[in-house]
Amino acid sequence: MSGVMMPRRELIVRAGGLAAALPLLGACDAINDAPAVRKILSMGEEMNRASQRALIDRDALAREFTRADLSPIFRSNGTRLPPGAGYAAHAAKGFADWRVAVTGLVARPLSLSMADIRAMPQRTQITRHDCVEGWSAIGEWTGPQLRHILTAAGVKERARYIVFRCADRLGDALYYESCDMVDALHPQTILAWALNREILPIANGAPLRLRLERQLGYKHAKYVTAIEAVDSLDGIGAGKGGYWEDRIDYEWYAGI
Amino acid sequence: MVEAETPVAPSETAPSPTRVYRHRLPVRIWHWVNAVTLLVLLMSGLMIFNAHPRLYWGQYGANDDYAWFAIGSTPDTGYVRIGAARVETTGVLGRWTDAEGVEKTWAFPGWATIPTSYSLADGRRWHLLFAWVLAISLTLYMLWTAIGGHLKKDLHVRRDEWSPRHIWHDIKDHARLRFPTGEAAARYNILQKLSYIGVIFILLPLMIATGLTMSPAINAGAPWLLDLFGGRQSARSIHFIGAWVLVAFFLVHILMVLLAGPVNELRSMVTGWFRLPVEKAK
Repeated sequence: MSGVMMPRRELIVRAGGLAAALPLLGACDAINDAPAVRKILSMGEEMNRASQRALIDRDALAREFTRADLSPIFRSNGTRLPPGAGYAAHAAKGFADWRVAVTGLVARPLSLSMADIRAMPQRTQITRHDCVEGWSAIGEWTGPQLRHILTAAGVKERARYIVFRCADRLGDALYYESCDMVDALHPQTILAWALNREILPIANGAPLRLRLERQLGYKHAKYVTAIEAVDSLDGIGAGKGGYWEDRIDYEWYAGI
Repeated sequence: MVEAETPVAPSETAPSPTRVYRHRLPVRIWHWVNAVTLLVLLMSGLMIFNAHPRLYWGQYGANDDYAWFAIGSTPDTGYVRIGAARVETTGVLGRWTDAEGVEKTWAFPGWATIPTSYSLADGRRWHLLFAWVLAISLTLYMLWTAIGGHLKKDLHVRRDEWSPRHIWHDIKDHARLRFPTGEAAARYNILQKLSYIGVIFILLPLMIATGLTMSPAINAGAPWLLDLFGGRQSARSIHFIGAWVLVAFFLVHILMVLLAGPVNELRSMVTGWFRLPVEKAK
């Protein structure tokens, strides 16, 4: 049986190889990598950001579902267990000593414990998480609104972005993300410590992850250690506003 | 027999075949902009699909949920699964060999995607920029068809054309590869009208709407889109199916151009001028 299959398979493989060898394809990739083309391609992101900011109410809510709509299993992605002894020690103690620093352009820098965060007014929302890869999962999240924390810290008028520092190291750097003040102050933007009414699992970002409900999954920083208000993203990482934005050119504005 | 007297290639031997100005400039410009745009959207879309080659119905769907469609691989084969039916596609889908001879297990092969090597980020950049080109050019074209008279003059289906007998007659003519000659060739026939109307006013808007339904920000601004398509993952499935309906349209379109006289058809879509095919001798 396999003797019959092989020649045909080889033929198909060879035909595929031939097609792939067409010089046209090399030209396509050269076009894709040309700096001028990169610049033109990035116009799409700016058009999406500008039009969505202009047309969608800044406080328009992402759809909230019911418990009947929950994904049976909420998938985790990206870092599932941050490497290193430091994080492991925190996990062993149930994150009792975890602190979240609130710094940058704020009148009162804060250092919040998990107890502080759980003592704040809480918001619970059942929302859909959309990965940039294409899949979606619905989960129930609980945590304080980011705007409550920013108000408590007295965020300054000058602040244009909020940067989220994370405990998970991927390769050469710690993960980080950022968003503008519209999303930072959005009512559904919370720092979640619970998923589906249970303490947030490590694979989903324990002890604290950002929920940025109107953007794609990679914006939802996990293992958050610091919240920093800034007026520019220059000088942070490679300056593009996020770990994947810096490395593989994911869009900073991930509303679509 | 009369066939013996029929010139082999009437359009070449006829002294001066009637030329008509068939396609106005906006039609020609939109046609070619659209051709490039749809090709880029298809190939970059296949790259995006490669990031998660599974489709679902409903609001959510991820690896642990049932996928009605999937492209995947086993240790030595590639396959496409639709529902319970599985077809082996080794060499083309799910498992294939790239130009350097390296075996890959991405769903769609490098020669079909933009870029040719895996990059979800770049696939999205191309897709989301050209989505704008599609939306803007389609909007302008729709406005022009309505205002410029193209809709009324060329695409409008007359009452007599709606009769089942007329449509059936046209289907039979197409199946027998009997194409209109003379004056009739200058106008769109009923099947052309219906397929162009279907693509311009139904399929392309559907692709844009299902594309927008996958945007979490637009979901917040226009949640009715989620209800219209039955959820983000349903919209993603419809978007994928719609892409292949467009591919099917393209294939039939190209076949028709080849059968009807590719040089004449191509010239008319470049310069606007179309040579009326001469009627074969009676």
